[in-house]
Amino acid sequence: MTEEIIIAGFGGQGVLSMGKILAYSGVMQNKEVSWMPSYGPEMRGGTANVTVIISDERISSPILNSFDTAIILNQQSLDKFEKSVKPGGLLIYDPNGITRNPVRKDINIYSIEAADEAGKRGLAKIFNMIVLGGFLKLKPLVAPENIRKGLEKSLPARHHALIPENEKAIEVGKELLKPVHLAT
Amino acid sequence: MGELRLMKGNEAVAEAAIRAGCDGYFGYPITPQSEVMEYLMAERPFERTGMVVLQAESEVAAINMLYGGAGTGKMVLTSSSSPGISLMQEGLSYLAGAELPAVIVNIVRGGPGLGTIQPSQADYFQAVKGGGHGDYRMLVLAPASVQEMCDHVKLAFDKAFEYRTPVMILSDGAIGQMMEKVVLFDHIPRRTDEELIKQCPWASNGRPKTRNHNIVTSLDLDPAGQERVNLKLQAKYREMEKKEVLFEEVQCEDAEYLIVAFGLSARICQKALDLARAKGIKVGLFRPITLFPFPATQVSNVGNRVKGILVVEMNAGQMIEDVKLSVGCKVKIEHYGRFGGIIPSPDEVLNALEQQIIGG
Repeated sequence: MTEEIIIAGFGGQGVLSMGKILAYSGVMQNKEVSWMPSYGPEMRGGTANVTVIISDERISSPILNSFDTAIILNQQSLDKFEKSVKPGGLLIYDPNGITRNPVRKDINIYSIEAADEAGKRGLAKIFNMIVLGGFLKLKPLVAPENIRKGLEKSLPARHHALIPENEKAIEVGKELLKPVHLAT
Repeated sequence: MGELRLMKGNEAVAEAAIRAGCDGYFGYPITPQSEVMEYLMAERPFERTGMVVLQAESEVAAINMLYGGAGTGKMVLTSSSSPGISLMQEGLSYLAGAELPAVIVNIVRGGPGLGTIQPSQADYFQAVKGGGHGDYRMLVLAPASVQEMCDHVKLAFDKAFEYRTPVMILSDGAIGQMMEKVVLFDHIPRRTDEELIKQCPWASNGRPKTRNHNIVTSLDLDPAGQERVNLKLQAKYREMEKKEVLFEEVQCEDAEYLIVAFGLSARICQKALDLARAKGIKVGLFRPITLFPFPATQVSNVGNRVKGILVVEMNAGQMIEDVKLSVGCKVKIEHYGRFGGIIPSPDEVLNALEQQIIGG
């Protein structure tokens, strides 16, 4: 099993930390992982993305131009990465702020109203965990107990009290996911 | 098994230095390697092991602090990125000339000049052929993963002291910034003063009554004396060529074509190899791990069995010169490179292999 994922959105949405929690959960499940962020001028321009690879085998290139899954959190990222999803692959996006919907017919597309839900709950910080929950519903690559361990390892100790909140957000995300277009 | 962590390459360098029993880090911040010093400052090893962590006023100051520390037999490290490493070249030549052990990490970014902050491999010539003046070499290690970033720090310190030479770890911004799973080696305590004196009888760290002064210098105004210094250095480099070559071969046994690449490029080429094999093209990958000493015999052995070789580097063609010198002229050898911070994709590499080597 090898899963190649791009997570892309604005800086501050928790894109890199979502990737880190997913990757660390993979480590806890004894998988090979890589986490390759955009950095530098790209990041300073306001967009952030990270390539996460989780595999049973040694990972070759940490830098990819096609992905099994794209998790898309803003319009710029949809424009940039929709075409990079492998045929038959998966695209999950938050429709908040999306003005042009995805058009691919050969991939599976799901939406998740995570920003809206996080806003309703008054917890902007769990937004990324809601999105992660949506992804894990379709691709349960890591067991819940390893996600907890991943959260423990990724979050500084002073934030460990928030772990149950994060786990709950993941469960909420699983409920919020809606199919938009299915290729198969 | 050692402690398992998810770490950035830069963080792994810093953690490995603490664990290897390093005595001092001297550096000056520059993207994409500033996490090395940030991590050390956050971990505060000066409170745990007594390791000094110091932000120097410049790269020139940092490399000379390294010279001072190494002259007393201390285990010292610096890290920087391309423009900063250029500033250190005089100091590197002096370290080599005075036969001092030190580890220098270059997290390469695109150049020339101030260039960009994105990853590159354009400092191969500078690292391998000697960016400073005089006939010197450094042992140069090229890690291709975060695990190797960690392991090479330990290896670099071992070899630096074994040969009394500066050792460079030549990595790049992508490996510095990316996170991977790392198995950390166990803590090695810093050497006591007695252990240091025993390991480094040449060090200038206080003269006991039983011997004369130790003098650490790269200056010998007598040409005959300076020639002797050079002959000694050359003998040391020949010894390294015999004993210290490291490389990795992937699917070379049945290969009809060969890709040669180091560091991050080798990771990308591994994916290109998988894509090629899926299409039925028999490709192998040869990855030099030491860039000096270069695995000349080994790449020649594999290279002379295949129909063509593609050398892939994130530069305009630097290591290809060593590949050509090693393999000779019977086999077609071509280069594929991207520059200035652009990372080639696996598809691009496969396309280059098909166009330049198989079809060409």
